[in-house]
Amino acid sequence: MASHVPVVEINDVSKRFIIRKEKSLKERLVNAGRSKQFKEDFWALKNISLEIESGTTIGLIGQNGSGKSTLLKTIGGIIQPTSGTVRRRGRLAALLELGAGFHQDLTGRENVYLNASILGLSRKQTDLYFDDIVEFSGIKDFIDTQVKFYSSGMYVRLAFAVAVHVDPDLLLVDEVLAVGDEAFQRKCLDKIRSFQREGRTIVLVTHSLGQITEFCDRAVLLNRGEVLFDGVPHEAVKDFREVLEERRQDEAEEHNATHEEKVPVNNGRILATTVHAAGRAEGDPVQPGDDLIVRVTYEHPTGIDDWIAAIQIDNVQGVPVYGTASLRTGLELGTLREPRTVEFVLRDVQFGTGKYFINSTLMNSEKVHLHDVPQAVSFDVPYYDLAVGLVHAVPEIRSFGA
Amino acid sequence: MAGSLESPTERSARLLAEPWQYAGGPSSGVSGTIASIREIWEQRRLLRLLTGRELKSRYKDSAGGFLWSLAKPLTQLFIYYLVIGQFLGAARGIENFAIYIFAGLTVYTLFSEIVGAGTGSIIANSGLVKKVYLPREIFPLAAVGSALFNFAVQFVILIIASVVVGTLSFGPQLLFGLGALVLILLWGTAIGLLLAALNVYLRDIQYLVEVVLLLLMWASPILYSWQQAAAILPQWLLEIYVNSPITLAVLGFQEAFWSEASNGVPLPHLALRMLIAGAVGLLALFGAQRVFSRLQGDFAQEL
Repeated sequence: MASHVPVVEINDVSKRFIIRKEKSLKERLVNAGRSKQFKEDFWALKNISLEIESGTTIGLIGQNGSGKSTLLKTIGGIIQPTSGTVRRRGRLAALLELGAGFHQDLTGRENVYLNASILGLSRKQTDLYFDDIVEFSGIKDFIDTQVKFYSSGMYVRLAFAVAVHVDPDLLLVDEVLAVGDEAFQRKCLDKIRSFQREGRTIVLVTHSLGQITEFCDRAVLLNRGEVLFDGVPHEAVKDFREVLEERRQDEAEEHNATHEEKVPVNNGRILATTVHAAGRAEGDPVQPGDDLIVRVTYEHPTGIDDWIAAIQIDNVQGVPVYGTASLRTGLELGTLREPRTVEFVLRDVQFGTGKYFINSTLMNSEKVHLHDVPQAVSFDVPYYDLAVGLVHAVPEIRSFGA
Repeated sequence: MAGSLESPTERSARLLAEPWQYAGGPSSGVSGTIASIREIWEQRRLLRLLTGRELKSRYKDSAGGFLWSLAKPLTQLFIYYLVIGQFLGAARGIENFAIYIFAGLTVYTLFSEIVGAGTGSIIANSGLVKKVYLPREIFPLAAVGSALFNFAVQFVILIIASVVVGTLSFGPQLLFGLGALVLILLWGTAIGLLLAALNVYLRDIQYLVEVVLLLLMWASPILYSWQQAAAILPQWLLEIYVNSPITLAVLGFQEAFWSEASNGVPLPHLALRMLIAGAVGLLALFGAQRVFSRLQGDFAQEL
């Protein structure tokens, strides 16, 4: 096997966008002298160098505006870098926006030919694969209808069908796998897998971190136009979560700074929430089997006799994973006035890999929420290479028979 | 999968043998132009499809179809013939006035459509420009293609009409018609390319173009004879007027399809002037392609 065959070489690429705030001739003339004021430089990419080898699937992740789509477009040649070079070899297909080449007034059939041609397929080849394409899209009955009458789902299915039937060596995919119904998505992901088996190179931009760890051999984390991490997907995902967490905290602080007085003080409030595993320091990863200790401090200015302390644990997607409250364990808390701390000890937690957030709530006896602190603190559960999912369990896999 | 029976190993071996290519448009200079032409040539099938798309979608849901593309020039012909020719009396000095106008209009409409549609072509195809890399020249060129199709339809009518009226005869003067066509294609494409690129950065261009195209129609001897202009214009302006590629193309068409049987007075040195305008047009096309190539790097972000 000819190992080490680079198919893309990105060499010290930077991209500057100039953000102008006026567009018409009049505005430009009027503002000609002061044009500096109306321009702003924005570096979408800063000195990026990457080499992508043949047959790998590489994921680009990062927050919105981190430059991942711009990087993908420079690989595709759609955007010219301000400095540096991008070179590549082999046939390229870009799935940047499904149906970009579709024309509303043409029929599905005509659009298949047009789009296939845009993606570099000859007419003969398109003839040969036309039936496959229609079959894959599953919209046989509408193929001779103008695409403007298509539902958005049909549109996307046809576009994807065309795109995966061209024969690319390098496939660029930007956020398009999240389309269509579940069955179609499954079909798309299967297609991606068969592309991988065939040794095609795939560059994937996605916000679904699950897809990154599931499909990619390598992940590149971008932040503000720079490569923050380049390597094993699950580590990139972990780093990315940290970036997101930092941003979340910054935003929360900003939010608190501007909304401080809005907290209804008369109703009592949550002063602090902390989390750590028994025997570990705050901020350390939580291992399966640990006892998780959550401490929440409350106060109430006018005093309240009957109250409930509650917590809920969400995963990154915001799915509630766990929740409990003082009411459930039958604990009588007595009067709350001065700051008091309640400790929740969660025995033998078995969370799956990832980041989890704790929402903290103070309720009165009628379960009216007096104060909520969403995502008050977070904790991490380290990568476990034997299994994926929200729940931790040690797998033992045996086979029976010959 | 599309014809792919190669194993991953074979694929990487093949890729290893393939030369590197730089992402994005070709480089600058003459070699850049040659590379661009090669790229466009490789995409000629797509160019044909895009041209077809322009034509198909334009009259897609109408019963009359492409016949509507004839409605405008024929109406123009009728109005000009009646109002300018008969009411205002321009037809008195010009024999076979209808053929005279139609010859000029046919060739001018070609120019006007190439430039008009070419200017807006990049913006009209912004969906593609932003999402797929193609040599972007093909969008203005597709506009040339669809303009040529409309031209062909009108041209057939011009031929039929001039045969019926009797102004068409076989002879070397028909070469003027060919020259005029080449002249319009060179200059129209050059201007179309240049304006298509500029229009991305300054959208005012497309509105300006409409106005200028209206003006240019009257700045060439389509509805009157060049001698009438010569009698009034000062010498320096007359030189510009008669040497403009549009005037030369209009005169060329009239020479081919009208003059012979209608006692037309040819412009002195028409063939030489057309040759020079053609040579300059070729240079202009080269220059326009260079400018286009330089500006196209930032198309995707400006749209």
